[in-house]
Amino acid sequence: MAATALLDIQGLDTWFFTRAGIVKAVNDVSFSIGPGEVLGLVGESGSGKSMTGYSIMGLVDPPGRIVGGKIIFKGRDLVGMSAEEMRQLRGNRIAMVFQDPMMTLNPVLRIDVQMIEAILAHERVSRAAALDRSREALTKVGIPSPESRLRAYPHQFSGGMRQRVAIAIALLNRPDLVIADEPTTALDVTIQGQILFEMQTLTRETGAALIWITHDLSVIAGLADRVCVMYAGRIVEQGTTVDVLAAPRHPYTRGLLDSVPGNSAARQRLRQIPGMTPSLLELPPGCAFRTRCPRAAAKCEQDPEMRQLGSGDQSVRCFYPLEAQ
Amino acid sequence: MTAQAEADVAAVKPPLLELRSVSKRFVRSLDVVSRMANLLGSHVREEVIHAVDRVNMTVRDREVVGLVGESGCGKSTLGRLAIGLLAPSEGERYWRGASLAGLAPATARKQQLKMQMIFQDPYASLNPRMRVIDIVGEGPVVHGLIGPTQQTEYVALQLNRVGLDPTLMRRFPHQFSGGQRARIGIARALAVKPEFMVCDESVAALDVSIQAQVLNLFMDLQAALGLTYLFISHDLRVVRHISDRLVIMYLGREVESGPTAEVFATPNHPYTQALLAEVGKLEPKKRSFVPVKGEIPSPLSPPSGCHFHPRCPYAMVKCRQTAPPLVKIGPGRWSACYLNDVAFG
Repeated sequence: MAATALLDIQGLDTWFFTRAGIVKAVNDVSFSIGPGEVLGLVGESGSGKSMTGYSIMGLVDPPGRIVGGKIIFKGRDLVGMSAEEMRQLRGNRIAMVFQDPMMTLNPVLRIDVQMIEAILAHERVSRAAALDRSREALTKVGIPSPESRLRAYPHQFSGGMRQRVAIAIALLNRPDLVIADEPTTALDVTIQGQILFEMQTLTRETGAALIWITHDLSVIAGLADRVCVMYAGRIVEQGTTVDVLAAPRHPYTRGLLDSVPGNSAARQRLRQIPGMTPSLLELPPGCAFRTRCPRAAAKCEQDPEMRQLGSGDQSVRCFYPLEAQ
Repeated sequence: MTAQAEADVAAVKPPLLELRSVSKRFVRSLDVVSRMANLLGSHVREEVIHAVDRVNMTVRDREVVGLVGESGCGKSTLGRLAIGLLAPSEGERYWRGASLAGLAPATARKQQLKMQMIFQDPYASLNPRMRVIDIVGEGPVVHGLIGPTQQTEYVALQLNRVGLDPTLMRRFPHQFSGGQRARIGIARALAVKPEFMVCDESVAALDVSIQAQVLNLFMDLQAALGLTYLFISHDLRVVRHISDRLVIMYLGREVESGPTAEVFATPNHPYTQALLAEVGKLEPKKRSFVPVKGEIPSPLSPPSGCHFHPRCPYAMVKCRQTAPPLVKIGPGRWSACYLNDVAFG
């Protein structure tokens, strides 16, 4: 896998040095993704899934800092790369789609201005050629009458349309890797289906790899090839979507799956995970999940390492993993 | 439930809450400039939004009714109409068969206690300057359910019931997590001993594992206290899990209603079918997402006839002209679609 990997993250640590103490938002995260692969990064709020995405993009703001690890993208380490080199990559080879499209779009500029700018920042082409490409990109993401919509401002679009524009901009330069940070969470169900459809066809067409960050396991289920489950800054389980969702081995993954309503019989109590997500400032020593874990024992006060299970691709950070079913 | 049994229920015991053909219009009145322009002969019209358009709804005792729809469909407005936070532009509300219009102020206040609401945002719906003991305990004291001296004891009881540690009652809302705040909101609503609760997206802002805890709490409380819920949500999985009956709205109108299991098994209205197709499944199977075409139209200028026709794969000429009436398509099941005329007519 590592030989062909497009992106290979090894032991990434992104810490925030706050007045209250050090917050290890991303703690020893390792994964890799091949060309054209779809990786789901799942976790609840505060699990560090978004911060992992920001770390790859080089968008970690102080007091946060990448303090360790490597992010190897096409053979080059992004950690410690100069701001100028990073700028060349960002929006060009690696693009990000955010949860709130208004974060991507400038409210006082017309769509065409923003799209042309994104192309000209990375390529020497004529404005007319850039405009043509922008129009084409809008058509591809399913925006009706792109010619007139190019001359509109972001506020003249609905939420779903804005997200389409953001996706169109992200895909303008045919990136090798797209990081999507909950792009459908703020949208209505029918619109969410449309966006998922667009993203799926577009990445298939262009062969771009996709990291899909979400808290919604059901989105991952239909979309991703592989899944990483994060809890309190760490990856606790990793494997193919089929393995992880059908036979989760980490108690947290199991709990998360059981918590989703609609799988169990209606009106039955859901099997819930007791307690709540711990504050990253007051993490218990050892396994962060052990205070909520039904299988926790004395050994869990030590740090579990990520270890492979069996011969497969599934690995888990747990001393007492669940049996395969 | 058979038609006969249904009729029996209706004859013997009036529903807990009944809304008869309620509508709510929001009007944005003209500003000075537009009024001046009108004086000078132009025709600037007021903007009118039909948030809720002639909706009938019955909620029976101890029933959980799920109200589903996308943003702008009027589900929150209908929830607020149901408990009286908003006054309907037209239509009437009945509580156990008695009209709620024109009650004397004292009676109305007492009546209002029986209906409580749990809001969506666990951050915005709690006063940041009040301690939990006051947030939960103020209502019962003001309404004379308990004396001021009993407040501590009473609040402790309420907090225990929703699974919060009573020793935390002197804290402020910002000292709690999202899930705990949701529980405070529930404790506050329960403190005045309501019979009917409207839960407006009450679990939408919570993480999955916390959402499961709060849903369990809702179900436990219903069993323990015999509560009736109107559960408003855009999340079909949540609604499917918790509700007995389902009402689906689209742009201010009810398009389908029926027992939850039946609606999920055989959705009738094309919009319901589209919605249910988008319900996320946890089967780890690569699927091609097939979208419903088109956007949700603006409630300011809804399409003519059936509001769903521009997005509907089966739209006929008739659908563009007149809105289909809500017709009975089975025991306890209603749907507003002309396709049923073809099928049943």
